[in-house]
Amino acid sequence: MTYDSDILIVGGGLNGPALALALADGGFTVTVIDAQPKQNRATAGFDGRGYALALASQRLLSAISVWGHVAQKSQPILEIKITDGRAGEAPSPWMLHFDHAEIEEGPMGYMLEDRYLYTAFLEAMTEHPRITHLDNEKVIAQDVSASGTTVTLASGTQKRGRLLVGSDGRRSSTAERAGIGRRGWDYGQTALVCAIKHEKAHHGIAHQFFMPPGPLAILPLPDNRVSIVWSEETKTAEKIQAMTDDAYMDVLRPRFGDFLGDISLAGERFTYPLNLTIAKSFTANRLALIGDAAHGVHPIAGQGLNLGLRDVGALAEVLIEARRRGEDIGAEGVLTRYEQWRRWDVETLVAATDTFNKLFSNDNGLLRAVRDIGLGVVNALPGARRSFIREAAGLTGDLPKLLQGRQI
Amino acid sequence: MPSADARAENTIDPAEVAKFEAMAAEWWDTNGKFKPLHLMNPCRLDYITRQIAAEFDRDLDDAAPFAGLRVLDIGCGGGLLSEPMARLGADVVGADAAPANIPVARLHAEQSGLTIDYRNCAAESLIDDGEQFDVILNMEVIEHVADPQAFLNACNQLLKSGGLMLCSTINRNPKSFMMAIVGAEYVMRWLPKGTHEWHKFITPDELFNLIKTASLTPVDRKGFVFNPISWAWSISDRDLSVNYVTASTKP
Repeated sequence: MTYDSDILIVGGGLNGPALALALADGGFTVTVIDAQPKQNRATAGFDGRGYALALASQRLLSAISVWGHVAQKSQPILEIKITDGRAGEAPSPWMLHFDHAEIEEGPMGYMLEDRYLYTAFLEAMTEHPRITHLDNEKVIAQDVSASGTTVTLASGTQKRGRLLVGSDGRRSSTAERAGIGRRGWDYGQTALVCAIKHEKAHHGIAHQFFMPPGPLAILPLPDNRVSIVWSEETKTAEKIQAMTDDAYMDVLRPRFGDFLGDISLAGERFTYPLNLTIAKSFTANRLALIGDAAHGVHPIAGQGLNLGLRDVGALAEVLIEARRRGEDIGAEGVLTRYEQWRRWDVETLVAATDTFNKLFSNDNGLLRAVRDIGLGVVNALPGARRSFIREAAGLTGDLPKLLQGRQI
Repeated sequence: MPSADARAENTIDPAEVAKFEAMAAEWWDTNGKFKPLHLMNPCRLDYITRQIAAEFDRDLDDAAPFAGLRVLDIGCGGGLLSEPMARLGADVVGADAAPANIPVARLHAEQSGLTIDYRNCAAESLIDDGEQFDVILNMEVIEHVADPQAFLNACNQLLKSGGLMLCSTINRNPKSFMMAIVGAEYVMRWLPKGTHEWHKFITPDELFNLIKTASLTPVDRKGFVFNPISWAWSISDRDLSVNYVTASTKP
């Protein structure tokens, strides 16, 4: 029996390549199949999308030798300030203030723009002898047998592996073809996202303002720029998004305030509806789902990426350990370990998000800050300052080795 | 006690063989009767693979770390250990006294794309065939054989000089009676009633003596401990009170 690669990963975004690198380091041969041409992803100019990488995510990127290529382009998040603000008024005195000096691990996280991260992944994959990267190739069918899994590409080619990984987003065709159902709901809110240039230094501080029309998260980027995440009711958000750039900025300015001096738009504007979609199972016969294919939380500010990299760390650890034991990496018993490891984390996040959204109509300050600033996974409403900071840094829970910065 | 004639022929107890034949088809069902073995398998494999890698200076991250090693899996059952050894590159012979296990194991290996030499025979007949091995896996078998000493003597004869034997079994004390028989067979219903007979259990010191008498050198012993909170098995340096494993070499 022959295999093109041990593992076939469908999806070439960020989680797919991260998993490919982790698995290839562990000795597996991996094929990454991306429906998009890589030039599209790599040559995209600055588009306003940034990721707030939790410290744990940054450690994983270090462990798979990607962080070194992007470290210079990142902005450390040194403080988080949560303020009860009101549109048209200056922000009120600090409501809550978290400083990275209170934990010994360093910054709470790093802001990094999408364009740099993807390019670094692409280069690392190209250099890795055990990774085959097929871009601009759509999977149209998949078939499982007792010893392997075969995918058929639109070009007619077939690829065979021991295990298939679906990393193809919240509408994962890989999950759908395997008959895995989803549940989810919409929060009736939409996030407006863009990058802003400003006059004064931001000092690495992330802000969360609470205002009656909706909260605003301001996340520091290098070179006197910030990425904003601005939540509104969906109808209002649509109206604002339809405005001209000047009118958009006129609505934003009173919300933003003048603490960073003059502000102007620095790139395209995006909207992301706040909704949630969870796969009923993260595994099937010779199949595992990671990232949004397993659990699509709102895609703003890298929350989804932080959660996805936890999947990457857990699945890589389960599979590399199974390989060393000589186990069949596609066996139910092996995949169950991954499902059990990740299910609790994800269900807790879903339950917390849902409970707070329904009971408190999304007004819980801490939860919102974690969500909008996007630094970590909410396991519960943290009781203490230090635990909040650790939560935001993604340092809580049963962490996979790669997220501790250790090799598997 | 088996008759002298039967012992001269082989060390298999016919009543034990019949018991396992009834279970054979269910070997590979992870939620079936052999669920406890599937649950324990990662922990057993951790011990086995690390011991072999250390003894023969192999790197488990290599593509086929056990290439060139000839491994005998005695009491191979459905192939729960034979298949991982073959996947790691070893040349594997799986031997089982229960005839029904062999087709089950063969079928599964074929489905998995693995080449394994499964034989319905006892250790003694392998000696007659002049077989020699680098590694003998003797896992959860010795508590089922009629004459443990004769069985280990046979293992010695099958091992090449410098070879490694891994032997696991169940300790004999009140705790192991509670855990392995009352717990596993009656309370949890993990194993069919009558799978184990407590008087056949062997203490680690007794096993070391049997191994030494068989002219092998015991080099290591560890416990396999079940944690009911994490619902998983782990290797323990100190707790050999119920399940335990030993490593010994042939000088």
